[in-house]
Amino acid sequence: MKFKPLEILTHIILILGVLLMVLPIWFSFATSTHDNVSIMTEGMKFFLGESFSQNYNEVLNEKGGWSEEVTAARMFVNSFIMALGIATLKVVISAMSAYALVYFRFKLAVPIFWLIFITLLVPLEVRIFPSYKIVSDLGLTNTYTGLILPLVASATATFFFRQFYKTIPDELLESAKLDGANSWRFFIDFLLPLSKTMLAAMFIFMFVYGYSQYLWPLIMTTDEKYWTVVMGMKIIFTENYEGVALPRTGERFAYIILSMLPPVLVVVILQRWFIKGLIQTEK
Amino acid sequence: MSFLELQNITKIYPNGTKAVNETSLNIENGEFVVFVGPSGCGKSTLLRMIAGLEDITNGEISLDGNVINKIDPSERDVAMVFQNYALYPHMSVFNNMAYGLKNRGISKEEINNKVNDVAKLLEIDQLLTRKPSMLSGGQRQRVAMGRAIVRNPKIFLFDEPLSNLDAKLRNQMRLEIKRLQRQMGVTSIFVTHDQTEAMTLGDRIVVINNGVVEQVGTPKEIYSKPNTKFVAEFIGSPQMNLFNCKIENGIAHIADMKINLNNSTNVDDAILGIRPDDILISDNGQHTCVANLVEYLGSDMIIYSKIGDQEFSCKLSSKKNLNAGDTFKFDISGTLVHLFDNTTGSRV
Repeated sequence: MKFKPLEILTHIILILGVLLMVLPIWFSFATSTHDNVSIMTEGMKFFLGESFSQNYNEVLNEKGGWSEEVTAARMFVNSFIMALGIATLKVVISAMSAYALVYFRFKLAVPIFWLIFITLLVPLEVRIFPSYKIVSDLGLTNTYTGLILPLVASATATFFFRQFYKTIPDELLESAKLDGANSWRFFIDFLLPLSKTMLAAMFIFMFVYGYSQYLWPLIMTTDEKYWTVVMGMKIIFTENYEGVALPRTGERFAYIILSMLPPVLVVVILQRWFIKGLIQTEK
Repeated sequence: MSFLELQNITKIYPNGTKAVNETSLNIENGEFVVFVGPSGCGKSTLLRMIAGLEDITNGEISLDGNVINKIDPSERDVAMVFQNYALYPHMSVFNNMAYGLKNRGISKEEINNKVNDVAKLLEIDQLLTRKPSMLSGGQRQRVAMGRAIVRNPKIFLFDEPLSNLDAKLRNQMRLEIKRLQRQMGVTSIFVTHDQTEAMTLGDRIVVINNGVVEQVGTPKEIYSKPNTKFVAEFIGSPQMNLFNCKIENGIAHIADMKINLNNSTNVDDAILGIRPDDILISDNGQHTCVANLVEYLGSDMIIYSKIGDQEFSCKLSSKKNLNAGDTFKFDISGTLVHLFDNTTGSRV
């Protein structure tokens, strides 16, 4: 196979890009398989070490926190539940509210849309105290409901779904109507399958968003049973080791690698839908 | 009582546009009716009101004895073929056709049989597993038809379904639609802006202009006896020649040309219409003109010329030898002309 100079150049650029993305992760992973003393003395590692099972085992099962009861595995579960709940509800609610905005001719649909849209200007961090007040008054602190519920409305996703629905030709709705589809059936049989790509993309974004929440779970939870991965990253491995101030760098890297897995998995699994949807674009 | 009755139907859009004005129409069971008119004349709006896709501002529509004004489109038992087909892009051809049946709670087995029968009838049985995006224009058209047929509705509505096809396919599908409609005997309404389609397809034609029905009749009636100047101009290709003229005692004066109408009409501001093929060109004709332009169409040719400052065209067999710039002689028979009052536009 012959390569033209331009092709070689583009390949070099692409390979550099890949290295730029992959190397830090590889370094983290390689480092996470070494013991703390060698990391301390020799710095970041490129080759794999021998402490893989020990480090990962400790990270997952060691009981930490003030109560010495919560494990990282538990936090992963918490984070996963929270992200899954947020992503699912965000997608469902946004798709449905966009459906209402686009297809039901009610007065004030446009003002309501803009009202939803300007909530983008008021992110969670800005309204965190009122939100906390409401959730705690409802007695939802230290519950999954409390972690998830205040984050399930999404102006961004509503906006994207609205724009997508607007591109669907009216004849499709009319034809479906004549075929006896009611509004519910039209949503289930037409809009959802047609927006598969959109659903997958939104789900990915929203999952990552939910997974990387820090401030909200930090404020919401006083019970360590509800801690999430991102919180634990800061808290669980800061204590000293056998009286000596030796940072547990190996375990920390193991923790980071593990914490990346759920979002990566979601992306990898949904990517297939995503690309399928892109290829099968209809006229 | 007719199968489909429209009584004083009016449609006014929220922005104040009057799309359809006081239209009344009766359509009999099994009839093939064509709504024809220029774009924006309200013919599609009328069709969509029958389908239930537009609200009716005023008037009453009844189908098979029931008033359907307030009945949901899904309950009206009508099927529609859209201009862009509106196939369901995410469903296979089979599911496209089966969807309406599924919603009616028909058993799977029966759906299978029905869809397969219709698919065979339309020769799309090889395509049942394909998605619409994998079909050609003509195949999509067939699927859209199949989707309508399989439901066995009371009435078929076609909204300019042939306008997205190329000329050859259009003629072929036109014949096929006609054949299928005859075969199944389902009442059909076909909307088009193409007068050829209207003439060839319809048992009856409804010519609509500006939201008003100008004339209803068989193709032959409409062609041979147009009620208004608009119908005269709209139906027939090439267009009918219309001359402004003055009629005194049954003699029409066009510039310095006189045509004897063999009656005793008197109209100051009249329009005299004559179809291009009704102008008789012969060497011993009374009138003489110069051919400004000759259009050769194969079997026929069309000659463009002027009487005074009014242009006209005539059609004759291309076997005759006539070139641009030549003079030719012709006759206009008083029995073949159509007379309209220029102020009202209606036939005299």
